[in-house]
Parts: sequence; C-alpha cells; structure tokens
Amino acid sequence: MTSTPINRRAFLAGSGLSLGSAALNLLLAESGQAGAKPAYLLPKAKAKRVIFLCMAGGPSHLETFDYKPKLDQLNGQPMPDSYTKGQPIAQLQGQKLKVQGHLTKFKKYGQSGQYVSDFLPWTAKMVDDIAIIRSMVTEQINHDPAHTFMNTGTAINGRPSMGAWVNYGLGSESKDLPGFVVMTSVGGRNPQPIASRQWGAGFLPSRHQGVEFNSTGDPVHYVRNPKGITRESQSQLVDAITALDGHRNKTINDPETATRIAAYEMAFRMQASVPELMDVSKEPKHILDMYGAKPGDGSYASNCLLARRLAERGVRFIHLYHRGWDHHGGLVQYMNKCCGLTDKPTWALIQDLKQRDMLKDTLVVWGGEFGRTPMFQGKGGAGRDHHVKGFSMWMAGGGIQGGVGYGETDELGYHAEKNVVHVRDLHATMLHQLGIDAERFTVKHQGLDTRLTGVEKARVVKDILL
Amino acid sequence: MKMVQVIALLFACLPASQAREIKFNRDVRPILSNHCFACHGPDEKQRKAKLRLDRKEDLFGEREPTLLVAGKPEQSELYLRITHGDPEERMPPRKFPKPLTSPQVNTIKKWIEQGAKWEDHWAYTAPIRPPVPKAGKDLDPIDQFVLARLAPANLSPALATDPRTLVRRLHLDLIGLPPKPDVTEAFVTNPSTVAYTQLVDDLLASPHFGERLAVPWLDLVRYADSVGYQKDRLRDCWLYRDYLIRSFNENKPYDRFVIEQLAGDLLEGDPLEQRSWLIASGFNRMNQTTSEGGAQAKEYVAKYAADRVRNTAAIFLGSTMGCAECHDHKYDPFTMKDFYSFAAFFADVKERGVGYPEHTAMPTYADLDQWADLEDQLKGLREKTKDTVLQEEKDALNKRIAELKESITKISNSKKWPKTLVTLNAKPRTVRMLPRGNWLDETGPVMSPSVPAFLGKLNLGDRRATRLDLARWIASRDNPLTARVFVNRIWKQFFGKGLARDLDDLGSQGERPTHPKLLDWLAVEFMENGWDVKNLIRQIVLSEAYRRSSNHPSSIDLDPENRLLARQASFRLEAEFIRDNALAISGLLVPKIGGRSVKPYQPANYWFRLYNSGKYVQDKGDELYRRGLYTLWRRSFWHPSLQAFDAPAREECVAERPISNTPQQALVLLNDPTYVEAARIFAERIIGAHAKDLERLDLAFRLALARPPTKEEIGVLQNLLEKERAIYAENEKDAHAFLKTGEKPADANLNPVELAAWTSLARVILNLHETITRN
Repeated sequence: MTSTPINRRAFLAGSGLSLGSAALNLLLAESGQAGAKPAYLLPKAKAKRVIFLCMAGGPSHLETFDYKPKLDQLNGQPMPDSYTKGQPIAQLQGQKLKVQGHLTKFKKYGQSGQYVSDFLPWTAKMVDDIAIIRSMVTEQINHDPAHTFMNTGTAINGRPSMGAWVNYGLGSESKDLPGFVVMTSVGGRNPQPIASRQWGAGFLPSRHQGVEFNSTGDPVHYVRNPKGITRESQSQLVDAITALDGHRNKTINDPETATRIAAYEMAFRMQASVPELMDVSKEPKHILDMYGAKPGDGSYASNCLLARRLAERGVRFIHLYHRGWDHHGGLVQYMNKCCGLTDKPTWALIQDLKQRDMLKDTLVVWGGEFGRTPMFQGKGGAGRDHHVKGFSMWMAGGGIQGGVGYGETDELGYHAEKNVVHVRDLHATMLHQLGIDAERFTVKHQGLDTRLTGVEKARVVKDILL
Repeated sequence: MKMVQVIALLFACLPASQAREIKFNRDVRPILSNHCFACHGPDEKQRKAKLRLDRKEDLFGEREPTLLVAGKPEQSELYLRITHGDPEERMPPRKFPKPLTSPQVNTIKKWIEQGAKWEDHWAYTAPIRPPVPKAGKDLDPIDQFVLARLAPANLSPALATDPRTLVRRLHLDLIGLPPKPDVTEAFVTNPSTVAYTQLVDDLLASPHFGERLAVPWLDLVRYADSVGYQKDRLRDCWLYRDYLIRSFNENKPYDRFVIEQLAGDLLEGDPLEQRSWLIASGFNRMNQTTSEGGAQAKEYVAKYAADRVRNTAAIFLGSTMGCAECHDHKYDPFTMKDFYSFAAFFADVKERGVGYPEHTAMPTYADLDQWADLEDQLKGLREKTKDTVLQEEKDALNKRIAELKESITKISNSKKWPKTLVTLNAKPRTVRMLPRGNWLDETGPVMSPSVPAFLGKLNLGDRRATRLDLARWIASRDNPLTARVFVNRIWKQFFGKGLARDLDDLGSQGERPTHPKLLDWLAVEFMENGWDVKNLIRQIVLSEAYRRSSNHPSSIDLDPENRLLARQASFRLEAEFIRDNALAISGLLVPKIGGRSVKPYQPANYWFRLYNSGKYVQDKGDELYRRGLYTLWRRSFWHPSLQAFDAPAREECVAERPISNTPQQALVLLNDPTYVEAARIFAERIIGAHAKDLERLDLAFRLALARPPTKEEIGVLQNLLEKERAIYAENEKDAHAFLKTGEKPADANLNPVELAAWTSLARVILNLHETITRN
C-alpha cells in the first residue's frame, strides 16, 4: 500500500492545474449544499464572481461623484442647523459646523453625461461602463464598525462577511485556489487598520473565510515549503500522509478522512498555484503598463492585476482594500495621492475584464465604508469628517447597466433623498446578480434565520440592472 | 432526507402504543415558532391581528372564532387558517418565506385531534429529577437513560472501545494532552474498571485539567489580549485566565464560579480572597472597546451595554437575548424592557466609553498563595508570643515576625504587581430603553435592574438590584436554565455534540434535547451535588456510553447524527490542542501553568494591516513551546495557525466552534515552523531512544497514537525513510537548511542526513488525520 487514491503525478509531470479526484468532489460537495438545489437560488445568475474594491477610510462623495453647486455657493458659511440637528457626528462633535465647497471641479463625461470630479480622470473615461449610486446610506460612523457593517450587514461582530456568505451559498469554482481572496494596499492619509473579521467566516465553517494574499513574505501563510524541502520531497511526504490516512480509514470508517486527504491534495496544489498566480512577471508589458503594475510591489495596481488573474482562475470573491482615504485634513493632497494610486488601475481592471469578455459575469463594486461631511474639517488643511447619511459607490459588470446614475442626495450632499440605497440593498443587489435570493438565503444561528441583509427588508436595486 | 430519518427515528423510539401521540413541545411548538411566531409571537410591534400563539393563555383563551377546540380541528380557527382554500386567507401569508409543509399541517391537525395539550417550554421550567429508567442491569443512571432510548429504536449499542483508544480519548478530553506510552501500556495490560477509575481520578487531579476546561470557557466569555476595535491595542487580562485554570483545578462549585465572575467585586470576605474575586470580576470587562478618533462615548457605552446583555445571557443562560435590543424577541418571551433592565445591572461597571481601558494592579496567584502563607505564619507566631516567657525566645520570635512583616510588605507592594482588567464599581449611570436600539434617542423610559419577567422576579423590596443579585439569581437552584446550559456544554466536550444540540440557544428556536430526561437528571444531580464540576465529568466519563467505540456501522446507517448515542464520536481536536498535542508528542512542550500570554512563531507580515503598533515581537526560549491557550490573542488578527483550525476571534460569545477540514490546515501542519521544529525534536527523541528503524517507528506511533504501527504502515514509512535518506545524502546542504527551522538548535551529535530523514517521517506522523483526531 504505497499509492494514494489520488494521482498527483499528472500534475507534477506538468499537466497544469487539472485534477480528477473523487475525494476533492467530496470536499466541494461539502460546501454545505450537497443534494437538492437550495431554495435560495434564483433561476438565473448574471454574475459568477465579485471583485469588491474597498476604498478604506471613506472617500469623499463630494470630491468624486456627487456634484452640488449649492455647496460651492455656501462655501465657508455656517452649515444650516436643519441638516445636522439630531444627526450623529464623529470628530466634528461640539465644533462650529461650516460648509466646505467642493475642493475640485466636476465635469460631465461620456454619452451618459455623468458628473465625475477632476480627481478621477480615468474613471471619467469609463462612466458609460459603470452605474453610480449617489444615495448610499450606512449606519456606522466609525471606521471599524462601518467596515463590519459594510461587510457583514451588522455592526455586531462574529457574523460572516459577504465573501464568506457567497462562497457558502455558491461553493467554490476553483480547485487550486481558495474561493475568497483578500489583498491590501496602502497609500494616502492615516491608513486605518483593517481587521481580519472583515473577511471572516463568522459562525460559518472557516473554509469560507477570506484568505489573505500578501505581496511580501509568503503569498499565503504557510504556503512555502520549509527551507531545505524540495517540491519532490514535499510530494513524497503528502503521498505518505494520504496513504497512511487511507489505510487507517479501512479500520475506523471516518468520513472526514476522505475530506482530509482531499485537503492535503489541494494544499499541495496551492503550493504551486499560488506562487504561479502571484508571479505577474510573465504578463505582457502592455498589460503591466495599462495597470501601472510592477511585479511584486504590493501596490493597488498590482492587486488589480492579480484580481483579474484570480477571476480568471474561478475565485468567487476577490476583495481589495486600499487604505488611505481617511481625509479629515489635507483632502486635496491626499485625494491626489489616493486617486493617483487607484484611478488608473481601476480603469485598467475594467478594460482588461472587458477585453477578455469577463466583465459580463464579473460584478465589480467600488466604494468606501462611508462618505464624508459637506462640512469643513481642518486637520492639516481642509478636509471632511466621516459621513453616513449619503455617499456614493459604483457597480459595473455582472449584469449591471453601464452609464447610469441612481439616487440623489439633498442640495448640500448631506442626506440621501431620492432612491435611497441602504447597505443591505447593496447586498441584496449583489446577491441577486449572483443568482441568490437574499430573503431566502439564511443560516440558522442562535435561533435566528440569519441573513447577510439582516432582519429588515432589503431591496434589489432593479433600476440599475440590465 | 436526514430530517426525515431523524423524525422516523424519533418515532421509532417511542413505545408502539404512543407512537402517534403528538407532543406540543417536541412536535408542535417548533412549527409554530419557526412559521408563526414572527407575526404571532412575543414581539408586540410585529404582532398581527392581536394574536399570540406562544402563550397558553392566548392559544386557549377566549377569542372569536375559537382558536382551538380540543379534538376538533375542523372547528379550530388555527387549523382552518393554515388549510384555508383561499391563498389570500391561508396562513402563513404567501409573502412569508417559510410556508408550512403538509406533514407539518398534519401534525397540527393530529395534535388538535388528540386533545391539543399544552406544555410549557421545556427549558423555562425548573428541572425536576426524573425517575431513572430500568433499561438494563447494573447500569449507571446515564446508561439507563441512554439504553432506554436505544432499545425501542432497535439499536444495539456499540461495543466498548479498545483500551488504547479509550486511554487516548480520556487524556485528550480531560487534559488536552496525549497519554504517555507507559500510562497507555499499563492500562492496556490491566484495563479493569478499577484501573480505569483510577486513571479518571488521576487526570481529574492533573493541573492540566484546568487548562483543558478553560479553553471553551475563554471562547464563551470572549477572552482576548486586545481591545478589539480599530487599532486593536493590546491589553492585559491574563490573570483572569489564571483564575479560570485555578478554579477548574480547585473544583470550585459552579454556582460560586458564576458569582465571582459576575460580581466578585461586590463580595465581602477575606481580604486576600477578595483580590482573587476581583480578578474574577474581570469577566465584566471582556467586551471590546474602542479608542477610535471621532467615536462618541455615549454610543459606545450603549454598545458595551448591549454587548454585556447579549453575551451574559448567552454564556450563562443559553439565551438569545440580543434579539431584544431593538424589538421584543420574536420567538422567546424576552421583551425590550427585559433587555434594558438586564443592561441596568451593569450600569455600575466603571469604564470609559472611548479610550484605552483602565487596568488595575493585582497580585499573581503565586504571590497570593505566598502572601496567604506568610499571613498564616505571622498569625501562628503571634499566637506563640503570647505563651512565650523567655526573653531570648521572645526576641527570636519578634525578629522572625519582623522578617515576615517585611516579606508581606514586599509582596503586598502593588507597584510590583502586574495589571489586569477588573470590575470597579461606580455610581450606576442612567440606563434608558433605546427605541430601536438607537443611542441618539433619549425618549425611552429609565430602566432599573431586573431579571427577565417571564423567568421570575427578585424580591428585594425597595432596594435597587445589584449585579450580585443578578449573579445569585443566575446561580440559583430555581433558575431553569443555568445548570442545563452548563451540563449540556460539558456533555458536548465528551460526546462531540450537546444533548440539546444548540449549545447557545435553549429557547424556542433551539432544537429540543435528544435526551431531555437525561439532561434534566444531570442538571438536578449537578446542583444537588453542590454544583460539583469534577463530579459531573466523572459521572460522564465513567459511563459505558462514553467508553463505546465510535465505529458502529449499524447505528451509523440508522442514526447518522448519533442522536441516540449508540456510539461514541470521532472529531478533530480543537485548535489549541492540535498544537499542544504536537508539542507533547515531540517532547518540546513546556508544561508551565498560567502566566502572561506568549508569542510563538508567527508569519512576519501578519499584522501589517494594523497601525505601526502592530509590530510582533516573537518570544524566545521556553515561551515558544507553551500550550496553545497561552498564545497572545489579538482580536483583529489572532494567530493564523489557530484561526485555520476554527479558533474564533473572541469578539462574541462562542459556545461551539465549527469543525472544518481545509487545505489551510494542511499548510499549517506541513509548513508552520512550530510543527516542523516539533517534528525535528520528535525525531531526535526517537533516534535517541532506539537504534533500529523498527523500534524507532514503533515508539513514534506509541507516542503519537498510543498504538504500535501496522505492517502496512511500517511499509509506507520505511519506504519514505529510504527515499528521504537518499535525497539528503545527495544534498546534505538541504538537510542542514531543513534542520535549522525553529530556534532550538539541532542535536549536533546526530548525523544530519539521518536526522533530516527521520524529521520527514515525524512530519508525516504529526500530519496524520488520526493524530489530530480524538476518537
């Protein structure tokens, strides 16, 4: 008994990333939904995967997508009480509130003629590919809980994040990579910490949690062999482990054994597929240039390129964080920096997906955990405080219409007024595009049928769908 | 499919004459709870048609048309509405996502036909000791209860497991460490009941018992070494962990254990003991806190209050009170008023809404013990001076007394003490009911502390109730939940699943226990034995049910989820014990009990998503080889090796970790330096013990798995050994590089090629499914 039930030699001989393992099927079937088609699945799915571009810190909607002439008119004047009375306020609490006009210019772009600020010249080029929502609201005004709210639909910790939900609901398509991958880049003002709960599995099994891919050190924790161990030697080891597990199982009859064997097979494949994925040096120069990516630099640009590579390999949920958008002060300076680092790569990602005919089934979402106040804050030059009552995000691909704007804030950009989109509506819309009925997609936890969209009724934003 | 089997099985378990009797709690309540309570339950705001179906007085009260006419479904409005021909009239409404199935409708029909008998929810009435059934001869009560359900289901119990599996199971369950080979062999030679009982008692007396029991408790109370929110700064509360370990080892009665944690700061007594109680009261400070710029104290004080209600109810009562923060509970009779009245108990906990939490200096337990000893000595000497006449002796005594006093001064110098979180009591702040949980809304009434109304009342006259009153109410014999919740969770530790499967919800939506009478019997027995935790565990592990084999094909087919307990369970070790097990097998484990948290190897860039304060300074020497429960627990990024094996963030109460089986786990065991180094030390251990390959292999198996290898296993491993020897003989450089993993230097007296080859073999053994599985 020296051979394993699974033949990995084919892989070693260079037949790429294929596999044909019954045990692996077991592993995949185990993703919670073996057997009958779950009731939460809709007849049709427009998107197969999500790329969520999180601009962590909260970009100002008033310097990106939400143009309010009145804001400029009232620049420097006291903020009318009628807006702010009884509203939650973060750092500006107890201070005199005055209006801060736009710190940049806006122009109309594309056939759709949508307003985009001068900070985002590359996004401006693709307005006809994206749907801008200008009426987002959230419920948490501080970074940490606001991220948690955006990612899990609640400010109570310990709940699964959207990537975990989606992998739980749809299973993973990739046999060599995790179904949920997270990457982070930094650059801008006061990069806020991001806790791993943002991609946690909560009460779902840990296999659904996001796996961090890193540009420095091991690309995935423990994916590299110990020093002095060759791939051949590691392969021998895995062979011996799975052989012994298989042998033992004849005596003990434990169904987890097959899953364990499959997990070792996949781990071994990941040891090759992850470094292969992370190595972008073989991408053609024009692609690297389009993104502005330098192999191994850990930039947002590189992460966007990696996101496309992950999408190509069937990874279900790809979450990019760019930390640096917390512009309490020096907003112009830091917007230049953040947009300089992210605007072109974001555009490149959309173009690249489009040219590979992948945008149609890849849902791309862009936005922060909240927006910023119409009021002035001055922590080192003009800036803006956290704002939850109205902000902007955009979606593209995966069955979303291009060139539409949806929703409006009031004339000072304070309250979302028309066609308000709550975070749970965003979640419901994302799930809908993935072929999931948010209302029926529940997991029982502590007696409650828990949903990503929470207990309140969530609305699919149908007006922006194709 | 599974559910159908289970239902079939449940019916199969009943004597034939009662086979079709519908029970309200078992059969009807779950249907009403899941399909009707949302609109016709405890939540007043959501209630439709002023109709409640969760209370006896409403279900059977006067109403036109009559809801229930015993024996006559066709005259019962309840039945008529769920079978109404007009879909607009039929309940539940079409837009409600959970329609009734026809078997469910049938169940309700039959229940009415049989007289529509009401039963109070099983977990909300105090348990009464049920009579022990007589299912077999000379059996302990636990086995009588188990057997009584097996026989009618035509299931015979599995055989007793073999002594090797049993001795390993018992060690992993009671101390979280594998048995030593000589202990295993001694038991295998003499596997008598007497020997087994002795083994149980030895392990219950082991200082590692407290460590084992502390792990699930740390999950429940959300123990962590960091504040949680945003920057997630580190904080100190490891003395509280020491308190837990010590309490379990001392076999502190559970009722006392509850009181000390919730209200240790309010207890009066011996000044030294008071310090220990204060450390215990750190319990109330386990919540997450923030120092984020722009965070408003008022908002966070409200968050912390809600956190305490949610978690305290989950920890002790297995109740989901958190649901009542914004509205009355939809399934259980908790009201919003209950939620905020419960919060008011904690209104005196001194804390900052925003800012780094205040710490208090406290002596360690070693210091406390020594201090107590010094005080005792001093007292003794003082007594002695009274009877001493001779001046010389008096002088000597006084000198000794002065010395002791100096030692006491030293040890009681709080400047030398470590700091920890404790509960300091302040003037209670005002707690208001927050409409929809909104902290900005101050229109809600001011709440005074009281326990959930449907569970009882504190009779204190005009006095404001305190946390101590709450603690005593929770830890009282009359509380229907406390003992059941605890006993159920302990049971899970020894069978893999609770008797009531939902460890965190004994309410209406929780699954009813598989053995309700056994659970009640255990709970009553537990309380009547003075809440004696070790005795409870002893009763469980001495049962035949515990000692059975997990491999039992006939019951696996009939009862795949093992609801009837015909067999034992096999499950993966929890994260911390996977580490402990590997370190113990290799001989690398440093078995020191207690103390501050330690920082083992961790991927270098793991904390980079935090602020610069996120720099990880790894420990050196012994601290690298401590048990998993001492690993520094940073909530935003807890150790990735523990995380891979389902250890939770410790942000919220977790009563049961999921058990997953993933490639990341394989990567940890294959490549984390902790395991590579452990494998090398393991290899050194077996090379050092024997000269021959076969003897070494044999020892390796006995250390890791408490059994000798089979012929086939020897074949696989010898084959590997030869290949590895060849690889390293050819590339000695690789062998040297490989042997450098970990900080403990390789034994220079050993041939590096040989050591590297055996290290590979040891890695295989540490990676086996069997090694990380408790059977």
